[in-house]
Amino acid sequence: MQMRAVLASRFFSLFVLAAMIGLLPLAFPSGYYFRVAALVWISALAAIGLNILMGQAGQVSLGHAGFFGIGAYAVAIGPAHLGVPPWAALVLGAALSGILALVIGKPVLRLRGHYLAIATLGLGVLVAIVLTNESRWTGGPDGMPVQRLVLFGWRVAGAETWYWVSGAVLLLGTWLALNLTDTPTGRALRALHDSEVAARVVGIDVAAYKLRAFVIAAVYASVAGSLLALMNSFITPDQAGFLHSVELVTMVVVGGLGSVLGAIVGAAVLVTLPQLLTVFREYEHLVLGLLIMLFMIFLREGIVPSLRAIFAARLRTRAAG
Amino acid sequence: MSLLVAQDLGIAFGGVVAVDGVSFSAAPGQVLSIIGPNGAGKTTLFNLVSGLYRARRGRVTLNGEDVTGAQPQVLAAKGLSRTFQNLQVFGRMTACENVMAGRHLRERRSLAADLFRLPAVRRQNRETRAAAEELLAFVRLGERGDTPAGALPYGALKRLEIARALAPEPKALLLDEPAAGCNAVETTEIDRLIRAVADRGVAVVLVEHDMKLVMKISDRILVLDGGRPLAEGTPAEVRANPDVIRAYLGPQHGREAAHA
Ligand SMILES: Nc1ncnc2c1ncn2[C@@H]1O[C@H](COP(=O)(O)OP(=O)(O)O)[C@@H](O)[C@H]1O
Ligand SMILES: [Mg+2]
Repeated sequence: MQMRAVLASRFFSLFVLAAMIGLLPLAFPSGYYFRVAALVWISALAAIGLNILMGQAGQVSLGHAGFFGIGAYAVAIGPAHLGVPPWAALVLGAALSGILALVIGKPVLRLRGHYLAIATLGLGVLVAIVLTNESRWTGGPDGMPVQRLVLFGWRVAGAETWYWVSGAVLLLGTWLALNLTDTPTGRALRALHDSEVAARVVGIDVAAYKLRAFVIAAVYASVAGSLLALMNSFITPDQAGFLHSVELVTMVVVGGLGSVLGAIVGAAVLVTLPQLLTVFREYEHLVLGLLIMLFMIFLREGIVPSLRAIFAARLRTRAAG
Repeated sequence: MSLLVAQDLGIAFGGVVAVDGVSFSAAPGQVLSIIGPNGAGKTTLFNLVSGLYRARRGRVTLNGEDVTGAQPQVLAAKGLSRTFQNLQVFGRMTACENVMAGRHLRERRSLAADLFRLPAVRRQNRETRAAAEELLAFVRLGERGDTPAGALPYGALKRLEIARALAPEPKALLLDEPAAGCNAVETTEIDRLIRAVADRGVAVVLVEHDMKLVMKISDRILVLDGGRPLAEGTPAEVRANPDVIRAYLGPQHGREAAHA
């Protein structure tokens, strides 16, 4: 197979990710790193889902943390108030997020561009307000504790365990997302992204496919939210808030719209940079903002697609020379 | 027997009546050309017939079935396809993927099967790819399948649109200025394509400014002017029609056109 074909194949992406998850711990100087890396895997899961909506279908959601919050509070409220075991609460939360996305997506996805952005923003804000105000169920702005996940008698606890669990779920999520790209569904999403009229004329039900992408993205975010809540054993409404929504969108765009690996790299950048930038103390956020701007100016297509293009150009000149 | 029939179609934008009482009928295996000066309403007529615009008046029937006001994706399922004057390619997809997307209606589609990429999905993907490659070869783009459509030259994109429009195996095909901006060689190529498509039994409706191409290839011609039908007939009849000569080319060109 040609080098370029190898780079583009989904097995390559999956292999790189699996190798990274497997080998990274060899370089960890302390247990703290397991926790940071697990945070990356969980954010990456949400980003991969959002990338299906934004990168493939080209539809923005500025309220995606709302679904993250639903997943997180499902595993908090389910066991605490309803006696549902945590794993079942995770599944129920994902189903609830999917159904909500289906119901809300129908009218909202008729909107385009800025209007869609504002409408989804409203959805996210709405979820965050409900989670903050229904304090009898959610503990209000202070948040609430989350029971430990127990699977077949195995108590899932500790940073290292969560590193492997979240890494495995990320691999599964990546596999599904990579699968989708080169199928009727994936092609329909990418087609409507480039031209809605042309997509309709070849028989693609544009509204239905946008809705599917929205539901998929909501389910990914919800599962990610559940995992975070279970790992942290605690959850606050901030996780459903506007800033977190913006963070998720930034991960997808910085990593590279449309690229599954890009979403993971974007999540890694957005999660680890603030940890690295603590040396700047009160200027931390300033430097973070500056770096994101520089990324966008110099790697406009996103980190992964830009690097791929540079690498492919190198290969070409070497083949020619 | 007519396959695609438009009766008395009309639409206005604000005060502008873009299409005003236009009728035509297209038969399988035949080429019906629609000509007229810029702004005559040809593209708008296509947008009405293909369901992108909602007609204010008139009726469209496809295969004897009333499809007035049907959505484009519904019309596509019933066998109507088209290309666009202002290109509407899927620029971030490869040439082959563009045509594969055109096979959408011919594919079994299941979100769950796609997510897990079941063996049936992989098998179907190979079939879809093979069909797309055959169409690319038909429009002489066989070598460009893996090129991102956004990186193809204009003439190639025109042919790519034709390949994509043929991918659903339509019964009726609307072509909006397929030879516009193409050089002589490319125009000859498009002439060949249209003839071959019609010979397969497709009802072709062609909007085109290249009169040499139109006169050569058409079975019938409909002339529009200011949104209204001006004349209809065989190429010879239309060429000799004094109204057409006057309105379409201006009175001073009348003599030359009559001899063209
Ligand atoms: N969406 C639209 N909104 C407003 N006016 C339109 C629209 N589409 C077409 N028109 C008008 O309808 C008339 C016919 O245009 P068109 O169908 O593009 O002509 P042609 O394809 O024959 O050159 C023009 O006056 C054009 O400005
Ligand atoms: Mg036109």
